[in-house]
Amino acid sequence: MRLTSAECHTPVGPPRPFPPRTRLVAIVGPPNSGKSTLFNRLTGLHQKVANYPGVTVEHRMGRLKARYVDTGTRQNVELVDLPGIYSLNARSEDERVTRDVLAGLMPGVPRPDAVLLILDSTNLGRQLMLAAPVLATELPTMVLLNMSDDLARRGGVLNVPELSKRLGAPVALVTARNGRGFDEIYDFLNAQLAPPRPVQLPILQDVPKTRKWSAQMSFASGYVAPAPTKWTRRLDKVFLHPVAGPVIFLTVVLALFQSIFTLAKPMMNGIADLVSGSGNLLTRILPASVFRDLLVQGVWGGVGTVITFLPQILLLFLFIGFLEDSGYLARAALIADRTMKGIGLQGKSFIPLISAYACAIPAVLAARTIENKRDRMATILIAPLMTCSARLPIYVLIIAAFIPDKHVLGPLLGMRAIAMLSLYILGFLAAVATARVLKSSILRSERTPFVLEMPPYRWPKLSQLAMRLVDRGKVFLHRAGTLILGVAVVLWILLHVPTHNGQPPEIEHSVAGQIGHAIEPAIRPLGLNWKFGIGLISSLAARETIVGTLGTIYDTEGKETNGKLQEAVRKELSPAGAAALLIFFAFALQCMSTIAVVRRETAGWKWPIIQFSYMLVLAYVGAFAAFHIVTWFT
Amino acid sequence: MIATCKLSELAAGAEAILESIDLPEEEARHLMVLGFLPGHRIEVGLSAPGGDPRVYRVDGSEVALRRETAAHLETMPMTGLPFGKNDREGS
Repeated sequence: MRLTSAECHTPVGPPRPFPPRTRLVAIVGPPNSGKSTLFNRLTGLHQKVANYPGVTVEHRMGRLKARYVDTGTRQNVELVDLPGIYSLNARSEDERVTRDVLAGLMPGVPRPDAVLLILDSTNLGRQLMLAAPVLATELPTMVLLNMSDDLARRGGVLNVPELSKRLGAPVALVTARNGRGFDEIYDFLNAQLAPPRPVQLPILQDVPKTRKWSAQMSFASGYVAPAPTKWTRRLDKVFLHPVAGPVIFLTVVLALFQSIFTLAKPMMNGIADLVSGSGNLLTRILPASVFRDLLVQGVWGGVGTVITFLPQILLLFLFIGFLEDSGYLARAALIADRTMKGIGLQGKSFIPLISAYACAIPAVLAARTIENKRDRMATILIAPLMTCSARLPIYVLIIAAFIPDKHVLGPLLGMRAIAMLSLYILGFLAAVATARVLKSSILRSERTPFVLEMPPYRWPKLSQLAMRLVDRGKVFLHRAGTLILGVAVVLWILLHVPTHNGQPPEIEHSVAGQIGHAIEPAIRPLGLNWKFGIGLISSLAARETIVGTLGTIYDTEGKETNGKLQEAVRKELSPAGAAALLIFFAFALQCMSTIAVVRRETAGWKWPIIQFSYMLVLAYVGAFAAFHIVTWFT
Repeated sequence: MIATCKLSELAAGAEAILESIDLPEEEARHLMVLGFLPGHRIEVGLSAPGGDPRVYRVDGSEVALRRETAAHLETMPMTGLPFGKNDREGS
């Protein structure tokens, strides 16, 4: 018998029937085959997201749920969910990574001991094409034919033992959504592994021959394709209708916005109240000390600013997850493609850019769906120009301080609303212009065709949506939380050293104050003084921190109301300086979490540095221009 | 003799047999993997408002292409010919 790869690593001794070490099993499958659903069901919440070194492709690792581990063998199984691919031709980075992992060529990643290949059973003739290169790796493979419920309901037929014989590998009909047929997966994961012995394999590089092979395989296994779903066609007649289509599309986009801003608002306020309430409680119960102040103002304040954004981000992901799982997202990309093409991008950039209105981090993560690397990069680079919700606090403060609360056209449209809307439009226009510049210069792409598979419509499963929310929430809290927390603590310390006789210094004499003074020459042309310098420095971590910082600076007692802060800002700042500050915030990339995520997603410092620099230049020039234009008019 | 025509010239509801793909090898192969195989049937589906991109039914799934891409696919129209829906499974 040929040794399996697991045994190859053991240099001496006869092969043991059940090696006690953990078995690494890769899940491979095309997009929309139910790969993630399978992974989630097998691992539950015990999963972590990781990147392979040097590439931007993300993969999930997870341990097989304890209750599925065989009590006799106690075989531990670690599952890795590889990206969705159509072939192993290495056309995209996803395909290259999958090919290298399966071949054991990915540095630092052991070759998997086995593969779970998941395919959509309702279109087996084509889906089986991926089986050829996977079986050719000679890794022990189990072929899972997903959506078997659909297959049966729509009159499809398949002789599973026959297909298994021809492929030389175990085959099972499963339904990942409800766990049907999973017993056979557990049997496979626990049993002794053997490489596949297919009757024949096609020439892998030859697509028509591979297709022919896959048709022969399915035909010989008595496969009868199910009747096509009528629902998808019926729904497409509505969603892609020349008139109703765009109307529904706009309604969906508006609902997305509405939910981000109105639905999330009470939750955000609630969390903010909870944070400040518990902070006050801590102040009262802890003895007065430097550490109490650091804990309450630094740590608690830092955590607070981050988690108040959580409801908004979760709502956004709930919305996008629903659209994605239902199949509408692909239609939205289709409808948006023409407009996005106008700015040099494509339909798949649309959802990331819409998400960026809430927060650039989910936007950068959502840009993963764009296969074209340059389009993806351009989308990532412009996403932070969209007006994210972290800009709202400073916008609200400055607008409330400088723009009179007057109605312009009826009771609905006030001057403040117009100012706010203008800032949104400004960010959008800057993003569009930058996209055009990028796509006609450093990110000009060879004309790769826009190819978008339209998955059939499905009713999204709540548990899957919930898993995704938990997952994304964890990622956000972890990546953003650690950074903002760290900076909040550092800022607090900088504001409180050097101490004199145990007393913290006046802000002006603190280290932070000295830094503010140091950068004052640079920001004076924008009409901003050293206090705003501290604010700008602190907001490098996260834009929303500037309001808290200004609050601290103008009233170290920390008791000021927003109205008082408005008054203080009005005294310190000329209208021209206020305009400059707004423009600076509209364009600058003051968000360490975004920088960190971009670095991760682009696998290096090059793009985040380019992004930070161009946005800083844009912000400075824009603010300078705004200062002079407003000065000229007033 | 029936003349071939570009996939982008066909209207919604039309059916055609794909003759050839005039794109760089890698892109052509990707389209073939997705179901655009020479000799297979393509059914022209709905489009986004404005007519571009358009959805095509190939090999049991639906794939959207921009007009600029579809213009590189040469087809033999078969609408009106006495070919039924006999080859869902392709080959």
